[in-house]
Amino acid sequence: MAEMNLLQAINNALDIAMASNDKVICFGEDVGVFGGVFRATSHLQEKYGRARCFNTPLVEQGIIGFANGLAAQGSVPVAEIQFADYIFPAFDQIVNEAAKFRYRSGNLFDVGGLTIRTPYGGGIAGGLYHSQSPEAYFAHTPGLKIVVPRNPHQAKGLLLAAIRDPNPVLFFEPKRIYRASVSEVPEEDYELPLGQAEVLKEGADITLLAWGAQMEPLEKAADLAEKEGISCEIIDLRSILPWDADTVAASVMKTGRLLISHEAPLTGGFAGEIAATIQERCFLYLESPISRVTGLDTPFPLVLEKEYLPDQLKIFEAIKHSVNF
Amino acid sequence: MSMDIQERVIHTPEFTPGNALQIPIYRVLQQDGSVIPGALVPELDEAQALKIYRAMVFTRVLDERMLAAQRQGRLSFYLQSTGEEATTVGFAAALDDADMIMAQYREQGALAYRGFSVEEFMNQLFGNDQDYGKGRQMPIHYGSRELHYMTISSPLATQIPQAAGYAYGQKLAGQQRCTVTVFGEGAASEGDFHAALNMAAVLKVPVIFLCRNNGYAISTPSSEQFAADGIAPRAVGYGMQSIRVDGNDVLAVCKAMQEARKLAVEQNEPVLVEAMSYRLAAHSSSDDPSGYRNKAEEDKWRAKDPILRMKNWLLAQNWWDDTREKQLLEELRQQVLAAMKLAQQRPPARLEDLITDVYDEPPALLRQQLENLKAHIRKYPEAYPKSAGGIDHG
Ligand SMILES: Cc1ncc(C[n+]2csc(CCOP(=O)(O)OP(=O)(O)O)c2C)c(N)n1
Ligand SMILES: [Mg+2]
Repeated sequence: MAEMNLLQAINNALDIAMASNDKVICFGEDVGVFGGVFRATSHLQEKYGRARCFNTPLVEQGIIGFANGLAAQGSVPVAEIQFADYIFPAFDQIVNEAAKFRYRSGNLFDVGGLTIRTPYGGGIAGGLYHSQSPEAYFAHTPGLKIVVPRNPHQAKGLLLAAIRDPNPVLFFEPKRIYRASVSEVPEEDYELPLGQAEVLKEGADITLLAWGAQMEPLEKAADLAEKEGISCEIIDLRSILPWDADTVAASVMKTGRLLISHEAPLTGGFAGEIAATIQERCFLYLESPISRVTGLDTPFPLVLEKEYLPDQLKIFEAIKHSVNF
Repeated sequence: MSMDIQERVIHTPEFTPGNALQIPIYRVLQQDGSVIPGALVPELDEAQALKIYRAMVFTRVLDERMLAAQRQGRLSFYLQSTGEEATTVGFAAALDDADMIMAQYREQGALAYRGFSVEEFMNQLFGNDQDYGKGRQMPIHYGSRELHYMTISSPLATQIPQAAGYAYGQKLAGQQRCTVTVFGEGAASEGDFHAALNMAAVLKVPVIFLCRNNGYAISTPSSEQFAADGIAPRAVGYGMQSIRVDGNDVLAVCKAMQEARKLAVEQNEPVLVEAMSYRLAAHSSSDDPSGYRNKAEEDKWRAKDPILRMKNWLLAQNWWDDTREKQLLEELRQQVLAAMKLAQQRPPARLEDLITDVYDEPPALLRQQLENLKAHIRKYPEAYPKSAGGIDHG
């Protein structure tokens, strides 16, 4: 075990992936000598050479198109998009190409080796274009897998699994806690399962569900609620696509209540999809409407980002509202 | 192949080399301020020359002071344009003040030249209640309708095809104006750049594409950005005129842009201008260049300081002296400091503006979200110090 922050855990996972398979190739804007603007790819070029870890020209559609080609050829590209806010020039390559490569060719060709890493989320005074959580756009795309880790231990195991998964995976990294989140991380190679949620804490009165950086306010809100005698079950969804409806439904059948929280806007957010599925599966068990605590239906602000964010106080209030419904 | 292209048919394969087109650099001034014999000089009278110089010095002073403010924790972010002032001020000086500018983010010099006040700069930087952008964008994302300066957008290169569209509208309206879009050599790798050039050339649009080639895109040197001889030759591939200038030579930038503007406005010819310079400062306050380049390289470019070069020229013209230089620096530093203090004391952007401008009018669901938020803030005022105070008297 070693103490690592989330960036170090990601760097460590990339290092292990590159060491254990020489088909793994890391690239993106500034990932070479500099090791990425957040330093997630530090020292990889030094260790594995410029052919396997390199700066690309500044063109996201090119990065992902190039990565699709590499993956089709049998390499294992791990492409970095510098900020999730800048993934949209590559939208076509992800949504129309990566996601449908296998399907349209009847499995003659696939880009299963592809992994796209990108930092997402707010709370860093980044304003409109360094704060977004675009997971829901991609969740509307069959053929993609979407993973969001909550801490260093999870990040390493999930990233290694994502790189080795035979499907294209979008790996959203919670940049607000890149350095703040520190945990004990096994030094050896290990994987954590994709498509499986994790119950972090069992409870009786309400199920709280989130992913990535949003786990932190969720857990704080649960602490506040516990002080008022409300017992919370906490689940980290971990994979947005495909998502683990069984674990969530089993929990809600037990607690009778569900609260889902994400930073992205309410309308069209992934919480809506979860709520629809869970009310279908758990209708007769529900004691209150499924609650969504999310960002506002606006672009991400700057000066008033604290007001915009679904923080622990907003979650706490929603928990009380749900329990007292 | 288009029917218009004259076909020359050959019978053995013949490749055109990738470096077949080498574009020279237009320069007027030496570093000591002397005009290179025979060089074509722009028409500039004393008043305009001094206005340009003042904007360049102001930009340098603003950048120094605001980076320091960021270091002191007063600002979340800042981005300097040090070393590129001749380009960012010089291009604006060649335009009509009503020509549209659609810039990237390092062009504060152009805004300064057009008369954006130090208060206006500060209000945006601090995102206070006077900020035109209502505290929504990170520092340095300025905009001014009055000064025909489109609000900056962080996603790179998006403004380049927009500029072609804007200019096409100007042409249809018969305005005798052009649009200038500015972008880095890194941003020129984006698909939007290529789309823009092709459309502008095909549609005969009065737009000037001004590329600031400053050697780096964050840590990525231009040698890893493109294999060709810079950006200028690309225009030729799209069928438009192209020129490369010394971006540290304000007279060259100004003259090249004056000529480019004639082509754009009088002949509806889009033009690409590539200004060669160097990003002397870090990419931004979040960056540390010591991880990817060396001081010797920086020093080489520091010796080509564009402000000093212009000052030397002004001295040679007898339009400037050291006393006035000292006074100017003192005056600008005071101005910046005073405006910063005032802007910082103003209240932050209003809570109501969280939901305005998403649409022309906030939809019902969004109005409800704001009401819920207000009720929540009233319950926990100490957790939301920026908005709790003003919540019931907007
Ligand atoms: C679409 C997009 N991708 C990535 C970024 C992140 N980014 C901001 S500035 C920058 C480098 C830009 O370099 P260049 O265009 O040369 O301009 P310079 O900073 O040198 O003035 C990058 C990669 C962005 N803002 N937008
Ligand atoms: Mg550059």
